[in-house]
Amino acid sequence: MTTAELSFWSNAPLTRALLGRRAFGPMGGGKAGVLVERNLMVYRRLWLTMVSGFFEPVFYLLSIGVGLGKLTGAIDGVPYAHYVAPGLLAVSAMNGAVFDATFNVFFKIKYGKIYDAMLATPLRVGDIALGDIMWAQLRGLMYSAAFLAVMLVMGLVHSWWALLALPVTVLIGFAFAAVGMACTSFMRSWQDFDLVTLALMPMFLFSGAFYPLSVYNRQVRILIEALPLYHGIDLLRALVLGRVHVGLLWDVLYLAVMGLVGAVVAARRLEGLLLT
Amino acid sequence: MALTAAAAPPMAVRELRGLLTNYRRTWRGSIISSVLGPLMSLVALGMSLGKIVDAGPGARSFGTVDGKPVSYLLFLAPALMANAAMQTAIGESTYPVLSSMKWQRTFHASIASPLGSFDVFLGRLLFIGLRILMNCAIFLGVMALFGAVRAAGPGGLGPVLALPAAVLTGLAFAAPVVAWAVTQDRDTGFSVVFRFVMIPLFLFSGTFFPVSQLPVEIRPLAYATPLWHGVDLCRGLALGTATAGSVLLHLAYLVGVVGAALWYGRRTFRRRLNF
Repeated sequence: MTTAELSFWSNAPLTRALLGRRAFGPMGGGKAGVLVERNLMVYRRLWLTMVSGFFEPVFYLLSIGVGLGKLTGAIDGVPYAHYVAPGLLAVSAMNGAVFDATFNVFFKIKYGKIYDAMLATPLRVGDIALGDIMWAQLRGLMYSAAFLAVMLVMGLVHSWWALLALPVTVLIGFAFAAVGMACTSFMRSWQDFDLVTLALMPMFLFSGAFYPLSVYNRQVRILIEALPLYHGIDLLRALVLGRVHVGLLWDVLYLAVMGLVGAVVAARRLEGLLLT
Repeated sequence: MALTAAAAPPMAVRELRGLLTNYRRTWRGSIISSVLGPLMSLVALGMSLGKIVDAGPGARSFGTVDGKPVSYLLFLAPALMANAAMQTAIGESTYPVLSSMKWQRTFHASIASPLGSFDVFLGRLLFIGLRILMNCAIFLGVMALFGAVRAAGPGGLGPVLALPAAVLTGLAFAAPVVAWAVTQDRDTGFSVVFRFVMIPLFLFSGTFFPVSQLPVEIRPLAYATPLWHGVDLCRGLALGTATAGSVLLHLAYLVGVVGAALWYGRRTFRRRLNF
C-alpha cells in the first residue's frame, strides 16, 4: 500500500470511530494481516486443540439430535435432529468467538505480554485489534463451515437459504467476540472469568437450541428473546429450514448493533490498557 | 510415644489439610462451574426438554417404578449427579495437579516435609473426593427441591445411597487422571481429555437416553465405560430399580478402576517426585 492509501484508511471515519484516534498513526490497522500470520504459526503446534473444537458440536448433534431424537419425536414439524442442528451451529459460533476473545486475549495481555512485544515493533494497537478479531473470525468460519458440511451430509439442510448461514455465523461470532473482548478489558483476574461462564451457560441451555420457547410462560419468553444467542439461533434455524421471513432482519440488526457497540468499547479500552 | 503416634494424623491427611486450607480461601470461584452448571442442566434438560420427551413417542422407554412410567426428569437427574461427579473429578485432577507439580511446586514443598510421594497422591485424592461429595450433596438437595427425587429402595433412602455411589464414580475418574496429569509437562493434553473423553462420555453413556438407543455396534463400548457403570448405579439406587447383582457388578468395576489407578499413580508420583 502506498502512503496515500494508508492515510486514507486511517482517516476513514468508521475505522477512526472503531479504533480510536491515537491508535491511528500512519500505519494503524494496515498490518493486521501480520498478526493473522503469527497466529497461524502459533497454532501449527497446537493443531490438536484446534481440531478438537470441531468435534464438540458434532458429538452433541449425534447424541442429543440422533439418540434423544428417537424419544422426542418431531418438533416444530421436523425431526428432532433437524431442529437441534442449527441451534448447535449458533452455540458453536458463540462459544468459539467468546473463548478466543476472553481467555486467550486476557492471557496475552496479562501473562504472555504478547501485545506489548508487538507494540515494540512497527505494529500499532489498530493492527493488533483488527488482526486478532480477523483471526478469531477465520477460526470460527472454519468450524462453522465444517459443521454445516456435516449437516449437509446427514441430510439436515432443507433449503438453499442455508448458504447464508455461513455469513450469519460470522456475524454471531463478531457480535460475541466484540462484546467478549470489551468485557475482558475490565477483568482483573481469572476469578472474573466465572462471570463469562455465568453468562454463557444459561444462554446455551435456555435459548431454544434444544427445545422451542413454547415450553416457557410469557415472562420467561420475553426474557429469553432479549438474549443475543436466541437471535442467532432464530436466524440460523430459519435459514437452514428454509423458513425465511422479514422479521429475521431484527435478528440481524440486534447482532450487528451488539457487535459494533462491543467493538467500539473494546478498541477504546485496549488502547488505554496497552499504551499507558 | 504411643500417645504422640495416635495424635498425629496419617501423612495423607496432612496433605489433605493443606489443600483444604487453600480451598477455604478460593472456594467462591468453583461454585459457578461445579454447582450452577449441573443445576441449570437439570432445569433446562430435565424440566423443559423433559416436557417434550414426556409427551413424545419415547415417553415410556425409561422403565417403570411401582407400575408407573418414569418421567424424564426422574430418569435424568441421578445420571446428571454421576456426571457432576465426573466433571468435578476431571476438573480438579488436571490443571490444579499440573499447577502443584510444575507451576507452584507445592508437591515439592510437601515431599520436603515427612510426606512421601504416595501420601501426596492419596491426600490429593481425599481432597477431590471431598469436593465431589460436596458438589453432589448440593446437587441432591437441588434435585429434591425440583421434585426429581422420590422415596425408593431400602427404607426409601435410595436417593441418599446414590450419593456415595456418585463419589465412587468420581474417584474412578480422579484417580487415573491425577496419576496421569502428574506426568505431564504442558496443559495441551487436558483439552484433549475434556473434548475426547469427558464430553463423549457425558453424551453417550446413558445419561440422556438409554444406551439401547445407540446403534448395536457402539453399545458394548458404552457399557465398558466407567461413567455408564456410575450412571446405572446412581440411577438404579435413586429409583429403587437396582438389583443386588447389578450393584455388585458396578461396585466391583469402579473399585477395580480406583485400585488399578492407585497402583499406577504410586509409580508416576514416585518417578516424578523422588529424585
